[in-house]
Amino acid sequence: MNLKHSFTIAQKDWLEVRQNKSTFIPILIVPLFFIVLIPLLFTLVIPNVAGGVEDFTTDPDMQNLFAAMPFEMKSVLNGLDSTQTMIVVALGYMFAPMFLIIPLMFSSTIAAESFAGEKERKTMEALLYLPISDQELFIGKVMAAGIPAILITWICFFLYTIIVNVVPYTIFGRFWFPLPVWWLLIFWVSPALIAMSISLTVLISTKAQTFQGAYQTSSAVVLVVVVLFIGQLTGVLFLSPVVALIMGLILWGIAAVIGRIGVRSFSRQKLLTD
Amino acid sequence: MDVIHLDQVSFQYSKGFALREMSFRMQKGEVFALLGPNGAGKTTTIRLVNGLLNASSGSISVLGYDPYQNGVMVRSKTGVLTETPALYERLTALENLTFFGKLNGMNKTDLNKRIQELLDYFDLSSHANQRVGTYSRGMRQRLAIARALLHHPELLFLDEPTSNLDPEIARQVQELIVKVKKEEGCSVVICTHRLYEAEQVCDHAAIMHEGKLLAEGSLQELRDAAGLAKRVHFTFQKPCSAGLTTELAKLDSVKSAELQGEKELLLGVADYGRVPEILTWMVGKGLAILSVIPEVPSLEEVYFKLQGKDEVKQ
Repeated sequence: MNLKHSFTIAQKDWLEVRQNKSTFIPILIVPLFFIVLIPLLFTLVIPNVAGGVEDFTTDPDMQNLFAAMPFEMKSVLNGLDSTQTMIVVALGYMFAPMFLIIPLMFSSTIAAESFAGEKERKTMEALLYLPISDQELFIGKVMAAGIPAILITWICFFLYTIIVNVVPYTIFGRFWFPLPVWWLLIFWVSPALIAMSISLTVLISTKAQTFQGAYQTSSAVVLVVVVLFIGQLTGVLFLSPVVALIMGLILWGIAAVIGRIGVRSFSRQKLLTD
Repeated sequence: MDVIHLDQVSFQYSKGFALREMSFRMQKGEVFALLGPNGAGKTTTIRLVNGLLNASSGSISVLGYDPYQNGVMVRSKTGVLTETPALYERLTALENLTFFGKLNGMNKTDLNKRIQELLDYFDLSSHANQRVGTYSRGMRQRLAIARALLHHPELLFLDEPTSNLDPEIARQVQELIVKVKKEEGCSVVICTHRLYEAEQVCDHAAIMHEGKLLAEGSLQELRDAAGLAKRVHFTFQKPCSAGLTTELAKLDSVKSAELQGEKELLLGVADYGRVPEILTWMVGKGLAILSVIPEVPSLEEVYFKLQGKDEVKQ
């Protein structure tokens, strides 16, 4: 297998996505919202609004959440004042599952664009006539979606870390982020989610004829994030390092199974005859 | 040497058979035309020959390889112009050609030189950095042909190469087909509806209908297979007598005789070899002959005859 071929395909896809502003701009707006606006809301706006912090920390639902928290989370909050508690709970704890939407959005958009998009624009056949193997073509498409999704997630994490440490520095007097679970979230759970999302998109794209069809179906993976977010809010599921580790393992397992089916479905003949 | 050999090849999509027991051979350096209406199986044949599909039955050999088992090897030696140009519209012409050239294994220097050469040939140099989405249909078709020729393929497949092209560029493409055949020894397969064009450039042709091969061979062999009468057109110096056609029809060598105006005659003959015999008879009758022109049935006539439609459609 020649990985150079796969990389050339990925490069072409990146160039195409970059030129398609209608796809590119919406997927940039979401990270901007999550890594800039929400942190600024909790570190700049709410602490400076009269009663803002008290409203948050004395809310009955929040009180229930604090009561149900596992020991390791409570130990993080020990000794913090109410403003610091609000920031840590909101940005370090509750917001963690929502951050996973960023890699999901990127991977499913680019994967749907690069597989079903080629079919929709009738460019796939010219690609199939190239002297490259099915495997090289498949890896190229996976790289096209996977590499930017991982890179963007890491860049967003880096920027988020700077914002949530620097903006409220006068409140904490130290750098408080990232909490231990974030390392697992970014370097273990996110890649697993990306792998799962791409595998699912590939599988769907071999059948779907349009970008929209593939994108909408593969976006169902976002339910994982929603379930996690609701679990956190209601106190049913706490995203501790152990939970993140197990969750990552399960997601990698699912990704492996779907990926295997996806690889088997990906052949020139199937693409042309299904 | 056979560059393509199909032996009893069938292929079935989920909807049904696209190809049934198709057999033909194509020699190196030939221009071979695949002729037939939509749904005849032309595109499926190209896909099979390039290893994109695996035949349900029968065997295929392309440049000595089984294309399904050695798809990468076969495709490295073939260039394909697909039915639709299949270009990346958000990329420029240069970016499109560079992408396809790289994946065809060309090094940067050769690729840049070849791209410039082809862009110049197809009059696209001044639009090289323009997005393909802004191109006219003709420009896209020219760029798609350039892409197929990029890596100097040994075997070139052109699916409707002159559709969307104005007559001048269409002629240029015909010249190009002859040029790549002569100068680069490239074998060319053309799928076309434009029978006149096929006739101008092809050495052999296969006529297909609903996945079946109706006839295959050189143009002369196809004419023979169609059983169309051999015709000779005569022009005389003076008006002919009304009874001439009746007298001619009595000759063994004449199948039919029809006056076309006062001084012109169209004869259906059994064999062109017997025309001198007819000429001797006419001279003996005192007819002053100005011209004798054999009328070879066009590929279009052959095509419609074999498709079971005797009338030549315009």
